[in-house]
Amino acid sequence: MQRCKTSIRRVGVLVLAVWLTGCASTGNPKDPLEGFNRAMFAFNEGLDTVLIKPVAKGYDAALPAPVKTGVTNFFGNVADLFIGVNNFLQGKPQEAVGDWGRVLINTTIGLLGLFDVATELGLEKHEEDFGQTFGRWGAPPGAYVVWPFFGPRTLRDTVGLILDVKTDPIANIGDIRTRNSLLALRIIDQRADMLPADRVIEEAALDKYAYVRDGYLARRRHLVFDGNPPREAENGE
Amino acid sequence: MRRVAERIVGERVTMRVVSFFLTLWAVPFFVWAQAPMPDALVRDVTQEVLEIVKKDKDIQSGHTKKTLELVETKILPHFDFLRMTRLALGREAKNATPEQLSRLSEEFRTLLVRTYSKALSEYREQKIVVKPLVVKPEDTEVRVRSEIHQSGGKPVTLDYYLEKKPEGWKVFDVEVAGVSLVTNYRSTFAEEIRAGGIEGLIRSLAAKNRASAETKAK
Repeated sequence: MQRCKTSIRRVGVLVLAVWLTGCASTGNPKDPLEGFNRAMFAFNEGLDTVLIKPVAKGYDAALPAPVKTGVTNFFGNVADLFIGVNNFLQGKPQEAVGDWGRVLINTTIGLLGLFDVATELGLEKHEEDFGQTFGRWGAPPGAYVVWPFFGPRTLRDTVGLILDVKTDPIANIGDIRTRNSLLALRIIDQRADMLPADRVIEEAALDKYAYVRDGYLARRRHLVFDGNPPREAENGE
Repeated sequence: MRRVAERIVGERVTMRVVSFFLTLWAVPFFVWAQAPMPDALVRDVTQEVLEIVKKDKDIQSGHTKKTLELVETKILPHFDFLRMTRLALGREAKNATPEQLSRLSEEFRTLLVRTYSKALSEYREQKIVVKPLVVKPEDTEVRVRSEIHQSGGKPVTLDYYLEKKPEGWKVFDVEVAGVSLVTNYRSTFAEEIRAGGIEGLIRSLAAKNRASAETKAK
């Protein structure tokens, strides 16, 4: 509990610092912290280029597809537990029960989650987190922030992220070595899954920072409304 | 002998009459086939294109010219690039002359074609399911939903927005996982216009297209 309080305070200080840095920038009302964000984006891109992407590419090339799918399934199964909690908090008990049913089936018949048997049986996988739950409850997204290491978030999703990390079963594993190995594997697995999308974004974007930002904001809006957001005005007014 | 011959001729005449009526009867179906329902259109084009991609090792390994040709001949005829360009411009659209709009849509088209081709070359056996849609006769704009199913994850949504035009249903927006491939450019376009006007934006797009073409040529 003490540890929890300290880290929340630390994030609070960081949010404040971002707020103050951001005051200098102009322009996009959704992105008042653009100056700070662009710097952090550049930092994350650099880290990705020299470390994470090369490792993910090696991983992607070295392992056969069924193994990679197994790894993705394993972490997906761990995540389903709190996806269910979030669906429950969002007032969707049916979906929540489906998510927990998935965990039950995949952990047992699916051999500790390596096989996604539940999808085959018709139990659809969902994507939920605390940021979406707050959105569902009516919390506005707030300013867009790019965090070092964690990447794009809004202020609302930043608070969500803190809870996501707190409740993450992998991050709470007692044995430090196992925990760190699994965290690293998950980062590489998720990054490897992003490689195709990444290549498309490189082809599409005039300004990668803005493309990723607007894509992130649209994506989150889409997720909060579970795929049915009201369509925005055509002329942008 | 003669009788037999007469009967054969008679049968031929009957057949001709029957086939004439058959043709008449089939006309409405033919017309209907010319202007398919939007969901059927998306389904057919998707299926046709993916069949080609699956069989073609060159496209899978990123052979750009072949992929560009595929997109150009099979997909583009169903897209309305002028409307896409206006959609991407948002409120800036009214500041562009028709001539600028046409040049802009040319460059924007090239960019979207490259993006689409890239996405196709990343295609690996995922299953795309186009959901059926009930279209009322008075509908002029519809959203056709589809899903990309892949192992180890939640299906990715892929939605097409189509407008009914005299020449058939035309796509004016594509949304991948809730992100529009068109409006996602809006703030970048606005930024470019603020810095260098519509002409500046056209120049930037042209430069981006040239740079992509050169990287591919290597």
